[in-house]
Amino acid sequence: MRALQRFYLVEVLSGVALTAAHFFRNMGRHAAHALGKKDARGAVTIQYPDERRPYSPRLRTLHRLVRREDGSPRCVACMMCETVCPAHCIYIVAAEHPNPEIEKVPARFDIDVGKCVFCGYCVEACPEDAIRMDTGILEFSSYTRGGMIYTKEALLALEPAGPDGHPRSPIPIPADRTP
Amino acid sequence: MPKLTINGREVEVPAGTNLIEAARALGVEVPHYCYHPGLSIAGQCRLCMVDIEKTPRPTIACNTLAADGMVVLTETERVKETRRSIMEFHLINHPLDCPVCDQAGECWLQIYYMRHGLYDPRMTDEKVHKPKAVPLGPHVILDAERCILCSRCVRFCDEVTGTGELGIFHRGDQSEIGLFPGQELANKYSANVVDICPVGALTERDFRFAVRVWYLDVTKSVCPGCARGCNVEVHVNRRRPHHNEGRRVARLKPRFNADVNKWWICDAGRYGFKAVDDKTRLREPFRREAGTVTDASWDEAIAAVAGALERYAPDEVGVLASPRMANEDLFALRRVLERRGIRRVAFRVPPAVDGDQDEILIRADKNPNARGAELLGLDGDAAALLAAARARQVKCLWIFDHDLLASAWPEALVLGALGAVETLVWVGANANATSERAHWVLPAAAWVEREGTYTNFEGRVQRLRQAVEPLGQALPEWEILGRVLEALGAGARPPRAERWFRELAAATPAFAGLSYQAIGDGGQMVRA
Repeated sequence: MRALQRFYLVEVLSGVALTAAHFFRNMGRHAAHALGKKDARGAVTIQYPDERRPYSPRLRTLHRLVRREDGSPRCVACMMCETVCPAHCIYIVAAEHPNPEIEKVPARFDIDVGKCVFCGYCVEACPEDAIRMDTGILEFSSYTRGGMIYTKEALLALEPAGPDGHPRSPIPIPADRTP
Repeated sequence: MPKLTINGREVEVPAGTNLIEAARALGVEVPHYCYHPGLSIAGQCRLCMVDIEKTPRPTIACNTLAADGMVVLTETERVKETRRSIMEFHLINHPLDCPVCDQAGECWLQIYYMRHGLYDPRMTDEKVHKPKAVPLGPHVILDAERCILCSRCVRFCDEVTGTGELGIFHRGDQSEIGLFPGQELANKYSANVVDICPVGALTERDFRFAVRVWYLDVTKSVCPGCARGCNVEVHVNRRRPHHNEGRRVARLKPRFNADVNKWWICDAGRYGFKAVDDKTRLREPFRREAGTVTDASWDEAIAAVAGALERYAPDEVGVLASPRMANEDLFALRRVLERRGIRRVAFRVPPAVDGDQDEILIRADKNPNARGAELLGLDGDAAALLAAARARQVKCLWIFDHDLLASAWPEALVLGALGAVETLVWVGANANATSERAHWVLPAAAWVEREGTYTNFEGRVQRLRQAVEPLGQALPEWEILGRVLEALGAGARPPRAERWFRELAAATPAFAGLSYQAIGDGGQMVRA
């Protein structure tokens, strides 16, 4: 530690000077922008959640189960995602499908998002392209652990994100959380 | 004894050995589908091609007998190319439904495809479609599309069971496995066709979609279904408890033992594990007084049993051991009886219906260890014991596992005896009508939850191994009896089944010289 840093007042003043410099520089830019100098751009705050940054198309967000044309899940309960999942957060129980060409469907398909590490291996492993992480939904929180478990019905109801990467389906809010 | 060279190594094999088995003796695997050591040779799959010196073309190893001076090569480029072509041929009409196929993970088509396959198929035509998910009988379901027509299942039904339900119908790429008209694959060994099916064409209905095979752990054990003692593998699912409705034992598979069951097991034995995860399983010791049940700790239960044994005169105590108990349990029981001088002991309870028996594996005696109980000197007159209880000569009755109300004895006689005794102690894994009337019920570990040995009807001692933890507070019988023995003042009890067996072998001439090491995986015969 340098000798000068040992004096409290010197460091406080240098900090205040730094903040003040940013403040006045941005104020000047905003003023110039308002007065017609359009290439002067001050720092802005994004008014989240009303405003959002554009998301990368590769962003991994809340999972969804892809539907067949009749609305049933494309998933055949092969357990590849459950097997590859490093967080052990996928719980599938298989059942018989009436059509022997499909043969197998999930009776239960739960993802415990509280355990999920968003690695995307489930999407990679899926031989049926039945699970994707493209909903654009990032805001899932709950006051309980149970609220973090998304069931087959909830995951099937989700839509892919829009072209800007923003969610198109409503954020599934658990019952214990009021918006 | 022909001496031949396989991949540059010399091996001497008995005359009549084919090249697959000769290679196996050297630890060299020759890929094959249709050949099975327990069945006749079909030469259907053509996969077991090997190069033999001085023969112009690759030859199938399954139907070529080892000859003196033969020089065999199993991994030449020509052999590999042949295998790849044959694999491609087998896969022409094989559907790509490994994700939904129960065989995935233990499928020889998958294994050899990964090893030799052409990863980019050249086949562009539509595959031939055949019936899928067709039940063939109570235990087996057929997917004809996945079948590679190796005919192992057909040969099994023709040669092993002699029932001949299955055949190959139609021709060319339309050929498919099927049942003869009016037939059903319902013989007593039907599910063995699932084990020998190298692909996912025949799968088990009971195991269908239950657990993916790569989640299963395997333990070597012995089937407790009859006096044969078929060697089995217990497949348990510990890693994904939400699968299979929480049942821990997923399936049993036969384990090869040349002296007992060869490669096979009967269906009754294969599906006899259901009691292990049944809701009748007992978890805690409890006492029943005037119809009210109170939970008890093991210490209380052991003290109560030991107290009863000391309170009554040795002649007032009757013990009904079970031929379903392991040798270690029966030996521990004998120690308890010797300590108190109890003479009234028996183990044979006549079953309500006589067991079926056949020439293949199934024995009429449905108990795994009746021979062991005999050798340990626990044979007595069970009917006389019951009569003594009815006559109030026996005041404390100690029953292991038996359900006397499901026996051949008339219900009134059994109820009279059970009602007459002052103290009725019952030890076992699953509650039954007899345990419903006991004053003390002690939960025992099921056969997959414990170590032990059974002696089969021929006198072969074979090991049970622990595959899962006991449910609740259940304990193996040798441990329960060891604690009773300690409470009777006999000193420290052996802490493990193996130590009990060591004492048993030292004390019983029939078991002399045997140990868990000597028994190994294949079992050992008792003396005389």
